[in-house]
This record gives sequence, structure tokens and C-alpha cells, in this order.
Amino acid sequence: MELVVLSGKGGTGKTTIATALSELAKDVVRIDCDVDAPNLYLFYKGVDIEKKDFYGGKKAIINEYFCTKCGKCEVVCKFNAIKDCKIDTFSCEGCGACTLICPEKAIKLVKGKSAETFITKSDKGIISRAEMSIGSDASGKLITFLRNNGKRFAEKDTLTIIDSSPGIGCPVISSVTVSDAVLIVTEPTKSAMEDLMRVTALCMSFGLFIMICINKCDINEDICKQIEKFTLEKKLVLVGKIPYDDTVLKSINELKPIIYYKDSTACDAIKEMWTNIRKLIY
Amino acid sequence: MNIAVLSGKGGTGKTTVSTNLALALRANYIDCDVEEPNGFLFLKPDIEKTEQVKVEYPFIDDKKCISCGSCVEVCEFNALAKVKDDIILFQKLCHSCGACKIICKQNALSYKYRETGRIDKGHTQDIKCIRGVLNVGEPMAVPIIKQLLNNVPQGINIIDCSPGTSCNVVNTIKYSKGAILVTEPTEFGFHDLKMAVELVKTFNIPFGIIINKDNGEDNIINKYCKEENIPLIGNIAYSKNIAKIYSNGDILYNNDEYKKLFEHMAGNTLEVLKWN
Repeated sequence: MELVVLSGKGGTGKTTIATALSELAKDVVRIDCDVDAPNLYLFYKGVDIEKKDFYGGKKAIINEYFCTKCGKCEVVCKFNAIKDCKIDTFSCEGCGACTLICPEKAIKLVKGKSAETFITKSDKGIISRAEMSIGSDASGKLITFLRNNGKRFAEKDTLTIIDSSPGIGCPVISSVTVSDAVLIVTEPTKSAMEDLMRVTALCMSFGLFIMICINKCDINEDICKQIEKFTLEKKLVLVGKIPYDDTVLKSINELKPIIYYKDSTACDAIKEMWTNIRKLIY
Repeated sequence: MNIAVLSGKGGTGKTTVSTNLALALRANYIDCDVEEPNGFLFLKPDIEKTEQVKVEYPFIDDKKCISCGSCVEVCEFNALAKVKDDIILFQKLCHSCGACKIICKQNALSYKYRETGRIDKGHTQDIKCIRGVLNVGEPMAVPIIKQLLNNVPQGINIIDCSPGTSCNVVNTIKYSKGAILVTEPTEFGFHDLKMAVELVKTFNIPFGIIINKDNGEDNIINKYCKEENIPLIGNIAYSKNIAKIYSNGDILYNNDEYKKLFEHMAGNTLEVLKWN
């Protein structure tokens, strides 16, 4: 069973909630697909039991010995990655068009390392995560790799929880495709609601089973009601309303999942939400 | 001058800072968070013009194509596949690089255009407001960001970036002469801020930090700024009132107390980004 936690808007509480649910679920594999801002592993003091270099794409390299500075490569490059026969590796998308056009065959494509991927073992289970090389592409290929890498440790009854990134582009699309269910974590602000509509439309286009959680639900009751209305209209399932709770901030700063704080109203609401989710996904 | 406003972590306050600073600086506001743009919600500009963003994709002439498969082999993005005698295109994987046309010896490839998003342009309170909007279901934000940033107005442009530190943000900083990193004093905020700082440093542009939702104590971000010699442009105090105003989609700048705060930060911004 694979559950993806997403949001559209950043900062609504995906990682807090994904982590809390993973603690409640017991037999779980955690996958952090928010590769350019990975926070989930911060909650766990684990040991990296596997480490692999990930090569997401390629970069062009010009062999100056053979280069005659004809400039044909610069003309053909659609990404403005070549100037004065020098390649800007940040702009180069590794398409190879320049390698095909070069009359001297002075250009070749080489694999570029975009990330290091890890399997981290904690006493609460396995985490599949990545550390990106600065400025690299958070490509769909990397996300897909992380999902598959983590799922190797999942058994029949294991719940795989995926902490996704904000947005609706390539990394998010790669996180949700072929999953069993998504939990969209939103908050009662106009920004979050605008973003919720777009990320919902994305998930609906994939025919996914969508659950909604309104986090920090009491910061604006009007907008909370509007989100509930939206959920009904789109025939989605509202599984939880989590009140704003300062303890959550404390839990993040102490790097301890919220469910360990007994007097937390957010903790209680998340536990209730888990009961609802469990009934739906199992 | 383009000033990129980024963060690493989502939800730290990029849009809050970008929209309010744009008003304080009388600068243009450019929303490059094209996957989930929110700036126009607060600035409420009158939208005067909308242009489509189109990308090229290969079109194969069946009469000329001999199904040799060279285009499939050469495509680094797996956007072309050979199934029996047919060449199939996966439009959304295509990066519009042109490699397939170069390799085709039958001259069977030409390019057509398809829409992946749009750019809206308008005005509010004498500042220009421009945003990119990616069509839902499209994976690639970068073509829209590039079209936005290849056509910016004169003057100071505040560029609201997407969260993260990867290609969307890289393609925004590339066009910028300075950066503002908006963070929050939490472990997550700090962790992601360090990644964002490392990224900005590779571009060799001046940058400063704004601490949002600041609890007023001597926090990890303050210490980090001192240790790393990174200028602090300003702090926005943690406030339930601010959270409420924000949640309703209202702009803080319209409130006198916050107007002063952003005007103070506007002054600091120009100082930090000019002289750093």
C-alpha cells in the first residue's frame, strides 16, 4: 500500500504529518521525495546502510584539442548553454544536439552525478532519500528511483509513505503516478486553497484516490469551511482537521515526531485522522 | 535589476516578502513560481494581457519516415519510442532540443508547437505585475520561467521563486543580479536555508537573508548569519495577526505598521545587494 502526502503549496505540514502517520502505522517504509529540501530524515537518527551515486542526466564536454571554434554547436544549442565554445554546465540539458552537429566530433556527453541516494536504517524502519548535488535537476528519474529503492524493503502489509515536494510539476507527478492513495495536506488560507485546486486537478487527472487534511484548521474558520465545501463538491474524502498547535513547532525544533507529545491537540487530531485513513486504505 | 526571492523550504514567506517589497520599492513583481503562483492573489492586479507559452515538439512525416529508429536512439529524454514500425512521441517528455531533427537522414522531422502554460501581465498601484502559470498536468516549468525572464520590464524586478533548490530555482537565479533568501527560525528552515545559500553562492551574486516568523529570541538563523557573514536584511515577527491577514489574501503593505517594516527592509535590500 503506497500513500503519497502532497500539498501544492509549501509549508502546509506535509513532512510533519507524513512523519506522524508513519509512526502510527508501525510497519512502514518512508520515502522522502522532496529531494531539494528533504526534511523527513531529520527526525530519525539512522545509519546509512546503502549509498549510491545517481546519474540523472548528462552534460556535454568539448575537447579543446579537436575544437576548431567553428561555433556550430553554439548555434544549434536550444538552451544557450554554449558561449565561445565553452559549456555552461548549469544550462546544459545533456541533449546531445551539439555532439551531432560538431564536424570535428570534439564534443561528447558524459554522465553527470545529480545526487547521492541513501537507504537509511533507523529503529523505526527504512528511509529512502537523496542528497542532491547543488543546482542539479530534481528529475522524475530520481524520484522514481527513490520510490523503487525504498519499495524493495516493503513487504505485503507494509505501508509505504511518500513525503512529496510542493508544486505540481515533474517531481510531484513522478511521486504520485501509480500510487494507491494520496493525502493532500492543505491549510485554511486563500493561497493554499488556490494551490489545492490545482494539485487536486492533477491528482484527479491520474484517477487517484484522494484524501484531504486541513492542517492548522482553526486559523481561519471561513476558509476552512470553503475548503470543506470544495472537498464535498469534488467528491473527495476529508479525513482530518488538525488544529493549530504551538507544540508542532516545538516538535520540529526538538526533531521529535509530534505523536510523542502527549498534551498536543494536533497529535490527538492526527491520531483520529489515522483511524479514518486506515479504514479507507486497508 | 532582477532580485530573486528564494528559500529552499516551502512556506517560509517568499510571496509575502516579494509582494510587499515590490510595493515598498515601487518595483515590478514577477511570479516565477509557475506551478503554484499566488502573488496575484495579494496584489490583485488588473490583468491586461495574456500570452501563451508554447514549446516545440517533433512531428514525423510518415511518407518520408523509414522507421530506422535513429531519432529514438539519439533522444536523451526517452520522448521517442519505436513500437514495431511506428515511431511514437511522448510529448510531455520532449525537451525541444532538436537532436532528433539533426540525426534524421530522411528529413522526415519538423516541429510543431503546443501550449504548456501562459503569462499574465497587469498593473497594480503603479507597479507592473507579471506571472507565469503552468498548465496542470505539464511537468516542465522551466520553459515558462525562461519566457518570463527573457522579457522583463526595465527597472527593479522582484522575482518570486518556487520552493526548492533545483532546476526551477536555478533557472530563475541565472537571470538575477541579487538574491533575498527568506527563512524561518526552525530546524527545517535552517536545514534548507543552508542548501539555498550554497546554491546562490555558485552564482556569485550579492544576497541577504530575511527571517520570517521570527520569535525574537537569538535563534539559529541569527547565529548562522553572524558566523557566515551573511547580511540580514530584516526580520518579520511571528504574529497571529499577520497570519490572519495573509490567510485572507490581504496585503500587509496596506496596513501602516507593516508598511513601515517593508519600507525599512526595502532600504536595507538596496544597500545589501548593491554593495555586498
